[in-house]
Formats: sequence, C-alpha cells, structure tokens
Amino acid sequence: MKRLLAAFLLAFAALAAHAQLTIDITTSGGRQIPVAILPFAGEAAQPQPVSPVVGADLARTGLFRLVNAMGVSPVPTEPSEVNFVDWQARSAEALVIGKVEPQRDGRVEVRFRLFDVQKQSQLASFSYVVAPAQLRATAHRIADVIYEALTGEKGVFSTKITYVVKRGTRYELQVADADGANAQTVLAANEPIISPAWSPEGGRIAYVSFDQKKPIVVVQNLAQGATRVVANFWGNNSAPAWSPDGKSLAVTLTRDGISQIYVVAADGGEPRRMTTTPAIDTEASFSPDGKWIAFTSDRGGSPQIYRMPAGGGAAQRLTFEGTYNVRPRFSPDGKSIAFVQRESGRFRIAVLEVDTGQVTVLTDGTLDDSPSYAPNGKMILYEAQVGGRGQLAAVSSDGRVRQRLVSSAGDVRDPAWGPLPTN
Amino acid sequence: MKKILLSIAMATLVAACGSQEVKKDVPVADRTAPTTQPTQPSTTTTTSPATQPAITANPLTDPKNVLSKRSVYFDFDSNAVKDEYRGLIQAHAKYMVDKRDTRIRVEGHCDERGSREYNLALGQRRAEAVKKVMTVLGVQDGRIETVSFGEEKPAATGHDEAAWARNRRGDIKYAGE
Repeated sequence: MKRLLAAFLLAFAALAAHAQLTIDITTSGGRQIPVAILPFAGEAAQPQPVSPVVGADLARTGLFRLVNAMGVSPVPTEPSEVNFVDWQARSAEALVIGKVEPQRDGRVEVRFRLFDVQKQSQLASFSYVVAPAQLRATAHRIADVIYEALTGEKGVFSTKITYVVKRGTRYELQVADADGANAQTVLAANEPIISPAWSPEGGRIAYVSFDQKKPIVVVQNLAQGATRVVANFWGNNSAPAWSPDGKSLAVTLTRDGISQIYVVAADGGEPRRMTTTPAIDTEASFSPDGKWIAFTSDRGGSPQIYRMPAGGGAAQRLTFEGTYNVRPRFSPDGKSIAFVQRESGRFRIAVLEVDTGQVTVLTDGTLDDSPSYAPNGKMILYEAQVGGRGQLAAVSSDGRVRQRLVSSAGDVRDPAWGPLPTN
Repeated sequence: MKKILLSIAMATLVAACGSQEVKKDVPVADRTAPTTQPTQPSTTTTTSPATQPAITANPLTDPKNVLSKRSVYFDFDSNAVKDEYRGLIQAHAKYMVDKRDTRIRVEGHCDERGSREYNLALGQRRAEAVKKVMTVLGVQDGRIETVSFGEEKPAATGHDEAAWARNRRGDIKYAGE
C-alpha cells in the first residue's frame, strides 16, 4: 500500500486562477513504470510551465512513478545531450525532455521527446506551436502521447469533467479539465441541478433542472450557452442519457403515472415510450454500440439492473446479488457496467462484467454514487460522501488506484466524465 | 410576487415541520389526537374547523388543526402509507371534497442514501401513494399534482437515521399558499 500526494498539482493550484480541486492518490499493488520528466528548457519564463503538468498527469494515474531528476546538470534538452547510462542508474525506464521557445508572433513552440532508456531509442516526438494560454492544454496533450506510447491505451488528460457544486442554497454546474483545473461555471441556479450527461461529441450537456419547481430535462450548448428544454411533461422529467449518435436522449418521465423510460429527440418533440411496467424504470444508459439500454427497475421487488434492446423489446435482468443495484453506466467498450450497490447499509461502486455476470466492488465508501467512466475505460469518476459533504473521487476500473479530488469549498456531486477531444 | 410569497410560506412551513419534528420523533399521531381525533376522521374533521374558537384562523395554518400537518413519513425504500398518517391524509381529502376550488401538489422526498435518480422515482411513488389515498376518498385526480424532489430537498440536514426519517416524506402543499 503506497500513498502519495500529487505535489505538482498542489504547487500549481496557486498558479491556476480557477483551480478548485486538488488530488490525493492511493495505489495498491501493481507495477509502476518509472519515468523521468525533465524540466523543459525555457518553460520557467512562461506563464504555465509544461513539465510539472505532464508529470502530475502521469503520476495521478497510479501507473507511473516519477524518477527523481535532482542533481542532473546540465539538464538535457536535445537527444545528443542525454546520458542514458545515468538514467539507467536512476532506474528510469522512460525519459522525457523538451523545450519551449517563443516565436516572433507571440506564440510559443513546445517540443518534446520520449525515450526508451534501456533501448536508448526515441519512442515519440512532437512539436506544437500554441498561444501561451494554451500551454496547460498542450501539457495534457503531451501527457496523452506519453501515456499511449507507454501503456498502449488512449490518454484522457485532455478531457473535461462536469459536476454540480452546492453552496448553501446555490447550485452551480461546472466544467473543468480532467485534473480539476480551469473550473468554469456553465449554469448557476437557486434550485437543484442533477444528472449532468455529456453529449457524445462533447459540445452539449443534458441535465435535470428544478428551476420550475419540478424536474425537467434541459440540453445546454456549451459554446453558445444556449439552452433547450427537451422534456417538460406532466410530472417528473429526469435521468437524461445520450444515444451514441447524439441525436436522441433516453429520459425518465412520469407523464403516464409511474417513472418509465422514454426516448426523445435531442431537440425535443414527442417522446416514445420504451418500458411499460407497473414499476419504477429509470437511469437509462445506452451501450456504446447503440444496441442496448441498461437501466434500473424494481419490477422484481427490489431495484436491479436490467437491459433491453434500444429499439424496444423484452428486458433481461443482469444483477442478482443483493437487494439494491442501481444507476448503471456502460463502459466505453460495452463489456462492463458500473453501478451503485448497497450491501450492509453501505453504498459502493461496483462493476458488472456483462457476459459473465461477475460483479466486483471497487470502492469502500459509505454513500458512493454516480459512477462515470473515463472515455478510455480505465478510471471511474464518482461521488463520495466525506464528512457529510459530497466530494469527487475516482477509482481505476481494476480497483487498484484511487483518487480523491478534494474541493476547497461546497458540496461537490454528480460528476460525469466527458468524451475524448475530437481533434 | 405570488411566487415570492409562496416560497416564503414554504420556507416557514418547512421550518415549522422541522422544529416540531424534533419533539415529535416517534409518537407523531398522538400530537394530533387531542384536537382532531384522527381515529374518527369522518366526524371530527367536519366539526373541527367550524368549532374552532378563532373563526378567522385559517384551518390550513392553525397549528391546532390537523390540516396544518402536511408531512407523511415513510420507511426506507418504501412507499407504503403507514396507518398513523391515514387520519392526516383523510382530513385533507375531506377538506378538498368540501372546498371544491382547492388544488394541491404532493411533493415526494427521500433520504440521501442511494442514487439520486432512483430516489427521484421513489419520491414520485411516495407522492402518488398519498394522492391515491385522497382520490379513493373522492378528490378528483386532476386536482392533485404529484412531483418529486428525490433527495435534493432534505427537511433535516443530518446524516443519521433521525435525519433520514424526517426526509423520507410526502409534503402536501395547497395552491396559492
């Protein structure tokens, strides 16, 4: 059991004006790749140094160990300056060097190289010409390249997350970078906001607003801020879930009595009823291939996870252990479903392997809720209650790495992890 | 303006419920018994508003009147209306049958445990359960709107069973209040 603090991030929390979340990481077991991230030449003169952000991104996954580069002088910034034997002695397996050079037009060029220390060979090299304000985003892109080169999986450092902050009677829907930096309020209200859901292309967020003293489903365009009410029928309107093509939403409506699942076009219109039971059917989640809708139903007497064909048809029960299994979310590969399970009075995040039915409990909180997969499927973001307040947390999908995103103020809840950037 | 008044009324109502609940805790039904005898609602509810000494007092807000009691409490993950609240619901149903211009909204609530959306659905079912008792007693369906706030509007902010028990509820709100 090893515990470490993402000191890089804490250091830079002071620099990033909007940073509100700091991250605490716990890892247990598993091998960590030792990687040396050297300071980039010229970065200290920039408003946002690059290498600390790259290092913090990689360290936060729990899959990497940052190798101490103290005492290396001069710091290599070109391949010819790298003494691989020295880095082998420091037991680094990978090495990152780079430089930041101002351009005549006010932009900066960022170059970096990733080396395999044992083979003494270059694994990746990229150059970006960006505005100084883009340096932090560029650092995340570099971390994505390194992560993918060393693990074979897509990095998610350039993605966004959304969540709700409650302060007193004020509710804010915020969007932040995946590391919690650059938090921006995209909606503020005096009534609750729940269940934010990213559209597949990342440009829109659907959520449930109580501004009209009852729950209605709204879609907000992030670039323009424009909102559109997509479901405001008699009774409750809630639990929006995007179809993979972004054209429609599954929602839960009570217009015909009890909570049932419907599908409605993303720009509104007449909903099509998907379930017809005398029980609660809610919390829909589309499979990434669009073929299935997983959902919660208590038709069998207790709330359990079911799935049905997305075009309609008979539902099949998927969970059988325990009396409370709710809030399903498909993994990006469609093979697993994260959900909330109650056992012995505790609510924790669990993962169901769809083909085998095997369930693995991943967290050890008391009131964990709202699991949301990272778009590479490697982490699950969720809400945990700590000291009576909601806080964001994340756990790797194998359960080995845990992060807590510690907020300085307010009650932070209902997170959703956005898609990979499209560029 | 009306909305502001309504929200003030709701705020005071919630506050009132909260402060009473601290003392009430378990013997909820007993407190209403001396004035209204909820065990015989059909006779007592017709007479109680008329025989109140203060004729100007609004029966809906008069703390001595059962009609000022608005919250029906539920067990965890349950929408079964407990016997101890039937008298309260029957009193409101009788009032609505007598006063045909009244409309209400029943707001369902849950404690904080479990998922938000399932709790929203559960709160709706609690509101529907209260409504069903009233419609069986003769109140027209269209005069009772049911909505749910799930776990989003707790009456008590604690994180223990005492707080949770106060949050699993259906609240009766009259239009125009």
